[in-house]
Amino acid sequence: MSIEVRVPTILRSYTGGQRVVAGSGDTIADLLGDLDAQFPGFRGRLVTDDGGLHRFVNVYVNDEDVRFLGALDAKLNVGDTVTILPAVAGGSR
Amino acid sequence: MTRYESVLDACGNTPLVGLPRLSPSDSVRLWAKLEDRNPTGSIKDRPALWMIRAAEAAGTLEPGDTILEPTSGNTGIALAMVAKMRGYRLVCVMPENVSAERTQLLRMYGAEIIFSPGAGGSNAAVAMARQIATEHPDWVMLNQYANIANARAHYETTGPELLRDLPTITHFVAGLGTTGTLMGVGRYLREKVESIEIIAAEPRYGELVYGLRNIDEGYVPELYDATVLSRRFSVGTRDAVLRTRQLVEVEGIFAGFSSGAILHAALAVAHEAVKAGRPADVAFVVADGGWKYLSTGAYGGTLADAEDALEGQLWA
Repeated sequence: MSIEVRVPTILRSYTGGQRVVAGSGDTIADLLGDLDAQFPGFRGRLVTDDGGLHRFVNVYVNDEDVRFLGALDAKLNVGDTVTILPAVAGGSR
Repeated sequence: MTRYESVLDACGNTPLVGLPRLSPSDSVRLWAKLEDRNPTGSIKDRPALWMIRAAEAAGTLEPGDTILEPTSGNTGIALAMVAKMRGYRLVCVMPENVSAERTQLLRMYGAEIIFSPGAGGSNAAVAMARQIATEHPDWVMLNQYANIANARAHYETTGPELLRDLPTITHFVAGLGTTGTLMGVGRYLREKVESIEIIAAEPRYGELVYGLRNIDEGYVPELYDATVLSRRFSVGTRDAVLRTRQLVEVEGIFAGFSSGAILHAALAVAHEAVKAGRPADVAFVVADGGWKYLSTGAYGGTLADAEDALEGQLWA
């Protein structure tokens, strides 16, 4: 249990309301597998049937978007922080 | 030549200034593109002008028409000025939790404002604007999130200016919102500069802003093309405030918080270049000045206080 995962409000129904959970895995895919074992159904909200990240979900490792680091194959290390956020239109445009 | 026929002609051609103190070394340098030096004080003057000119050229916008736009700030302010100068009425749909200065500026330039719920962020403003558009089919929605003239403005002006002023550019860093700046400048520089890195800095707000009921209510701007980007960083409120303060304290540049977020990402790639022993010229965008955000109180006090002050606000 070495990776800190920040869970957005809309996914906390799966984590019993916890905003931060711990998980493990060498890649994002591994981590999501571990989280799904802890919180059944969690993975299905983030990954589509064809095995890619959901279009409206952004996942960051230490504040960097995993889509530019290999997506689900992005490597993880002990002590990393993973943040999951829904894609929104953003701010002051 | 710094004389112009009208204020609209003074859009763009902003200064690129070095950051001698924040640059990590003589061979890894940071350069700030001062977009606050545009007529209404932000980078959004470029897309506002280009979107209106494109609509005029296409014949979809004629004097006396009403423009409708979901915007929580700089684009609205820029559109309001251009609309006033060219004879259009502007109706802005914006979240209720934006700073008071924005509302005042919009009204000063003659825009009308319809507020959307703050909890829905810009998503709610976009949705409400779409609804209003169906009720007023004669109103023109420029839709900055999907309008190719938004990205085109940066492809035709911001990009060439950067390359002209910094032929040795290795990295370009800008904020990710409508994605227009990064798509336009990014495409231009990729055509002209081998192995250029295009870096996005995306603001990460307080939780309130991400208050969707369902993942499927999410939104990715139509303009967004991930293949233009090399990397994408999410920058939290604390880092954005810290860098915004550093920028004014160390380099004398008084900027808004989105520019602090962009600087944070620019410093990250600059320090990686130092570590890798590679020279780098990192250009980043100062999107606007700090004036509109003074009322947040986030320029003084502790970082924790500033973070609290900006909680739930759309600071970029």
